[in-house]
Amino acid sequence: MRERTTSRTGWVVLHIAVILGALAMFFPFLWTFITSITPGAGFSITPRLWPENPSFAAYETLFTERPFARVVTNSLMLALITTIVQLFTSATAAYAFSRLPFRGRGVVFAVYLATMMIPLQVLVVPLFAQLKTFGLLNTYLGALLPTFASAFGIFLLRQAVNQVPRELDEAATLDGAGHFRIFFSIILPNIKPALATLTIFAFMGSWNSFLWPLIVLRSPELQTLPIALAGLQGQYTTAWDVVMAGSVISVLPMLALYIFAQKYIIQGVASSGIK
Amino acid sequence: MSVSTLQTSLVDRAPVTRLTAPVRPAAKRGWRYGLTVAAFLLPSAVPLALFVLVPMVSAAWISLNDWNLITAMQFVGLDNFVELLADPRTAAVFGNTLYYIVGYLPLVYVGGLILALALNRALRGRSFWRGIYFLPVVTSWIAVAIVWRWLLNPNNGVVNTVLGWVGIDGPGWWTEPAWSMPSIILASAWKDLGFVMVILLAGLQAINPDLYDAAKVDGAGAWTRFRHVTLPMLSPSTFFVVVISLINGFQVFDQVYAMTGGGPAGSSQVVVQQIYDLTFRYGAAGEASALSWMLFAVILAVTVVQIIGQKRWVHYA
Repeated sequence: MRERTTSRTGWVVLHIAVILGALAMFFPFLWTFITSITPGAGFSITPRLWPENPSFAAYETLFTERPFARVVTNSLMLALITTIVQLFTSATAAYAFSRLPFRGRGVVFAVYLATMMIPLQVLVVPLFAQLKTFGLLNTYLGALLPTFASAFGIFLLRQAVNQVPRELDEAATLDGAGHFRIFFSIILPNIKPALATLTIFAFMGSWNSFLWPLIVLRSPELQTLPIALAGLQGQYTTAWDVVMAGSVISVLPMLALYIFAQKYIIQGVASSGIK
Repeated sequence: MSVSTLQTSLVDRAPVTRLTAPVRPAAKRGWRYGLTVAAFLLPSAVPLALFVLVPMVSAAWISLNDWNLITAMQFVGLDNFVELLADPRTAAVFGNTLYYIVGYLPLVYVGGLILALALNRALRGRSFWRGIYFLPVVTSWIAVAIVWRWLLNPNNGVVNTVLGWVGIDGPGWWTEPAWSMPSIILASAWKDLGFVMVILLAGLQAINPDLYDAAKVDGAGAWTRFRHVTLPMLSPSTFFVVVISLINGFQVFDQVYAMTGGGPAGSSQVVVQQIYDLTFRYGAAGEASALSWMLFAVILAVTVVQIIGQKRWVHYA
């Protein structure tokens, strides 16, 4: 429901308020960028809205003095693998919960959902011990394994699979197709929007995740962006241009993805809020 | 656990029912069918069992032991819980976490509501503005925390500079015990405002316009319509925001770690930061596990109370 704004003045005031608010919201992003191109920004120099000698030296520092090329590659690789595996495990589980009836399915699904309620913090210590036993601390695999199945993803895709008309499956069954054929040639092509939403959320979740990678990936060459960024802060306590350049690098890919896929992201969030 | 993971689990509380009638009578399905089910289910069941269910149980076991992550565990029964309850730091970290929630939730809810109401009107470029307000939601907490440390820098940060222009001597923000938590709350509200806005906006758009027309016919003014139509009709979305914010609020960590590390002088030490420190700084993994179970119990209790209490104030259309 969209209410009509009654008066012309009201209309103008509303627009000014919304625009000023948006500027305030956007300012930290702008300031991050400006600081990153202000050489020597720190305790003594306060950046101005437009720096006197803009330079990308801080970015150079990150890629020459710090292993940022490696760090970005790590983040990208982990996010891609997590996303691909989650798409696979979520889609297959969604198919089972929607199309393959078996005894105790309701209970199994309830257990799946219950895993979403368990905070990561409760799992951190035993996970750490578990991976230590298997010698997986400080390995990419150790960082990846706990992200391979996502109850949220399974839930999201199950909703989508449920909406694919069953007549399609039945027609395919009559043509002699088995479950694997139905899954690949009927279900997957029909849930593309949900797959797109999950792709974005899985990538975003991995790219931004902090606590688990912080614990598992201890050596500098294995670190992901958020961890390296937190580390920069400790090392360049006064060189804000360098720290801000790191922030820009970490935020930029998400901004690009967001601009590209805004529809799926906002719909994904909005639909979760309505019953 | 991410925000989005939690959302769905709470929203869809519909009873888990079988949605399909069996294609064939169960008796006729043989081992081949069993294999098919296993093939589709195991890729998700194995990781969930190994990396959620098993650690969940072993966390309970570890909480009954003394353990520094290196030498062998020593069974101590409930000692860890007894020690935690006697330790004044436990009350302090729960207190700080509560402080965070009490400051954050009203700010982000009222802010998100005002935004949602504004963007629900006939506005030029609505989705563009909505997009801008939502931007911080997709960025990493570490980047956001770092940027806010810079904005709130007591020496030459933007906020204190601007305050200086109007003659206000800005506080020390994250460098000062009294202001460390407000700094974290401010940054958190900025980051999550867009999330709350999108949820509430979806709720507003689901309200039947006839209700407003009926209220107008009855002579209700703008405030009365807001109070007696908008707020009650929005209550399911509000409920959702409150439940999610409380769950996430009790688990607050990333921003604290990156903005203050729990300091200065423990003034922003929250529960999860304490779990982290106990494990990796003080080598008290048993106590950390006990504390994490206490946190889980609190979250569960708070969530259950809200789900029971919702009957009193949430109106489902």
